[in-house]
Amino acid sequence: MEIESDRQRLLTRRALVVGGVQLALFGTLAARLWHLQVEEGARYAGLAEDNRVNLELTVPPRGRILDRRGRPLAVNAPTYRVRVIRERTPNLRRTLEDLARLIPISPHRLEEVERQAYARMPFVPVVVRDDLTWEEVARIAVQTPELPGIVLDSGLVRRYPHGPLLAHILGYVGPVSERELAAGSDALLQLPEFRIGKSGIEKAYDPVLRGRAGRSRVEVNAFGRRIRELHREEGQPGEDIELSLDLELQAWCFDRLASEKAAAAVVLDVRTGAVLAAVSVPAFDPQPFTNGIDPTTWKTLLENPLHPLVDKCIRGEYPPGSTFKMITALAALEANVVGPNYEVYCPGFVALGNTRFYCWKEGGHGTLSLVEAIAQSCDVYFYDLARRVGVDAIAAMAARFGLGARLGIDLPGEKPGNVPTREWKKRRFGSPWQKGETLVTGIGQGYVLATPLQLAVMTARLANGGRAVSPWLVRRARAEAMDPTGVAWPSIGVSEASLRSVLQGMWEVVNGRRGTARGARLDLPGVELAGKTGTSQVRRITRAERLTGAHKRTDIPWEERDHALFVCFAPFASPRYAVAVVVEHGGSGARAAAPIAKDIMTRTLEIDPSGRPLVERSGQVAG
Amino acid sequence: MAAFEPVLLRPQELSLSEKLSLLNWPFVLLVVPAFGIIGYLVLYSAAGGAHEPWAWRHALRFALGYAVMLGVAFVDIRFWHRWAHVFYGLVIVLLLAVDIVGSINKGAQRWLAFGPFQLQPSELAKLALVLMLARFYHGLRLEDVGRPIHLIVPLALIGLPAALTVAQPDLGTGVLIVALGGGLMFLAGVRIWKFVLAGGLLAAAVPLVWTRLHDYQRERVLTFLDPERDPLGAGYHIIQSKIALGAGGLAGRGFLHGTQAQLDFLPEKQTDFAFTLLAEETGFVGAATVLTLCLMVAFVALRISLRATSDFGRLVAMGVGLNFSIHAVVNIAMVTGLVPVVGVPLPLISYGGTAMLTTLFGFGLMLSADIHRALRVPRHPGEL
Repeated sequence: MEIESDRQRLLTRRALVVGGVQLALFGTLAARLWHLQVEEGARYAGLAEDNRVNLELTVPPRGRILDRRGRPLAVNAPTYRVRVIRERTPNLRRTLEDLARLIPISPHRLEEVERQAYARMPFVPVVVRDDLTWEEVARIAVQTPELPGIVLDSGLVRRYPHGPLLAHILGYVGPVSERELAAGSDALLQLPEFRIGKSGIEKAYDPVLRGRAGRSRVEVNAFGRRIRELHREEGQPGEDIELSLDLELQAWCFDRLASEKAAAAVVLDVRTGAVLAAVSVPAFDPQPFTNGIDPTTWKTLLENPLHPLVDKCIRGEYPPGSTFKMITALAALEANVVGPNYEVYCPGFVALGNTRFYCWKEGGHGTLSLVEAIAQSCDVYFYDLARRVGVDAIAAMAARFGLGARLGIDLPGEKPGNVPTREWKKRRFGSPWQKGETLVTGIGQGYVLATPLQLAVMTARLANGGRAVSPWLVRRARAEAMDPTGVAWPSIGVSEASLRSVLQGMWEVVNGRRGTARGARLDLPGVELAGKTGTSQVRRITRAERLTGAHKRTDIPWEERDHALFVCFAPFASPRYAVAVVVEHGGSGARAAAPIAKDIMTRTLEIDPSGRPLVERSGQVAG
Repeated sequence: MAAFEPVLLRPQELSLSEKLSLLNWPFVLLVVPAFGIIGYLVLYSAAGGAHEPWAWRHALRFALGYAVMLGVAFVDIRFWHRWAHVFYGLVIVLLLAVDIVGSINKGAQRWLAFGPFQLQPSELAKLALVLMLARFYHGLRLEDVGRPIHLIVPLALIGLPAALTVAQPDLGTGVLIVALGGGLMFLAGVRIWKFVLAGGLLAAAVPLVWTRLHDYQRERVLTFLDPERDPLGAGYHIIQSKIALGAGGLAGRGFLHGTQAQLDFLPEKQTDFAFTLLAEETGFVGAATVLTLCLMVAFVALRISLRATSDFGRLVAMGVGLNFSIHAVVNIAMVTGLVPVVGVPLPLISYGGTAMLTTLFGFGLMLSADIHRALRVPRHPGEL
């Protein structure tokens, strides 16, 4: 019995110990729960809320781009597209391959989609293909149960209804690049269907056009499925932008240049600086860029020797040739080294040391006044002026007319051109300026480079009585531009008398008995055109060629032919429009560029875009 | 003195009315139904506020199990003593059958199908082990408990079902069987230093075991040690469970309003994480209520054990209570991130038929030990 009770006591003791351990364990659990639920409850409640609530962004409609009369140039069009949500498919690759059997998708695109899907959060839908046809939509919709993670929906895509016509001006939008994603803070950039401006107006005014994202807080379950919307904040659509361009004129200019291999034309309002048309050929279709252009097309465009992607109006830098002679003349007149009646005898060349500098006309022009020298584009006359006034005075005058520096047009990528000075040459080449180089500069050759836009601005500043108009495309950009009389622009400080002589020369070019561009006379009654031809060498003419006349032949390779230029304005009595035309390797300015400029000016005067009031915000088209 | 020994005066058979008067009514009418109701509500909520697919079936099983519990309670404790080894043997056969079916199907298998019913022998194994060890120690003298041969036999009795369960593979349940067996040996009076020694040996064996674990088992242990190492993978369960618990706060987010559970952030909310759902929707108050109920089970088991005259009855009552506590503690410790995620259900609340039936069967045994507490259980079968 003693042993029995020992055993009973032992079992009782052990049972009590085990009971105590259980009590302790449950106590520990209670303490743990108290810690998690009461002490840290608020933090976990926040985490639960984060779990439950997703912030969804909606892409606002991008602002449209309109011409000066409110005609749409870039719009948003509805489109059907198919998207994939990575976290909703057990095998992304297989799902995409299944989809590719239903609708055509390039293997390159599939790879791109896969890459994007893994670069973003798993619940963010990635667009697989845009622009589905109705038939494709139906084919996918029927197969939806077998395509996990595949979602059909409709959205807006950017459309450029005029294709290549405005490609350089408008630019295009495209998918956000990794770099843009890293650089921007706007949450919109995260959305795969968002398109960002890549070039042109689309890029320059992207913040205005973009708008603000709509935000909605939605309750989602663990699989990212929306349960309900908790709160919605409407986004703000991007603002429309009205351009100074006249669509009709732009289209007409584009057609007029279409026959040229590579050319550019700019039409400016000389009083306001409004760019009424700016055409660069060849052009390209911006539409394929909106979904990310495929590499082969991109490569073809990039390697095309005619550079279709480059806007020659603002990025093409050409020696201005004889179109620069007004600048040389004004430099000499304003420096008082010569008077307006100064005469020079042209024997066909000027000798400087051992070198001869030739006039374009063999045998020379004889004795010429300033007006005659401009009219006949005598090189020797301007060699003489240049030598007398010096290169730095020429450069200073060129700068006043907008050459040699960016004009600040509201497009990305504008080139500055070049106007050489002594100091510039020292800096650039480390060698001193040569006298001969002053002569060459005087006729717009050598180191002088200008864009077609700069030439148009130079012409506008000549025509408007020496006011420093700057070119612009977007109305809101400049206050001065809103004054139709042009007096809001500051004067560039060139005397009226000097200007009058030069303009008289330009009148003679077209309307004079011996002008170089007599064919450019306008056929409109009572309206006169004034202008200046330019034929700029792209390579040095050897003495042997000059002696044999080989440089005048037309069968030399295209790339070696001269650039043809023409700048002009009209009406002469009360200037309103300036036109600059550059035909790359077009040969003679009088033969290749002047007829185009004449036609463009004629059409401009007929349409008279500046004569019509601009469209007001109410959207009413006047006239 | 011996003439007054009350033992000799004890009746050896009880009438039904005697049994009814000896039944622990508060436990049967309050504690156990409370679990059933809580389980039903949790599963109703887990289905998003629907009887399908879990709640009504849970209720059905509970009703069945409740009847089994009462039936078992009224069966003489000596019956369970006499047939304990047969029951144990049957369970071992079932466990073997699971392993064989599993190896034929070339995959993990934990249950056997009997028509529409699925049986998890590993659940039954725990009860069988309690009965078997209780019977074994009941037949030993105190001085024999410490003998090497009497150490090896219970270890083998524990090791056999544990090994068969681990082979399924189901490491979690295997560990629980070992823990339960160890607890019973401790209750039976095996010396403490032997447990210390066994613990030391186990610690030494850890590296060896580690190399033999399945990848998913290692993953569970690693994830337990650092849930953040794979927040969207294995650690996801623990993180989401803790968020749900914490979001519940003191008073809970309201019945059917736990977003973690209702929006499916909470995994396995009808089984292993049922407690989390409860704690999210009813807060610390609800969680503490369940803990209190569990503690009441342990207390009832302890009280029955202390009142029982036979070693068999004492060990069975403590063993059943311990088994219940181990499940509850491990399950709640798991969902609160204190131990690795092992597939241990919360008794009577998690959805699952075998666990429900074995738990209530166990309660029946415990109650039987209580009703028949005054009966003398023979030391050896055949002896009266």
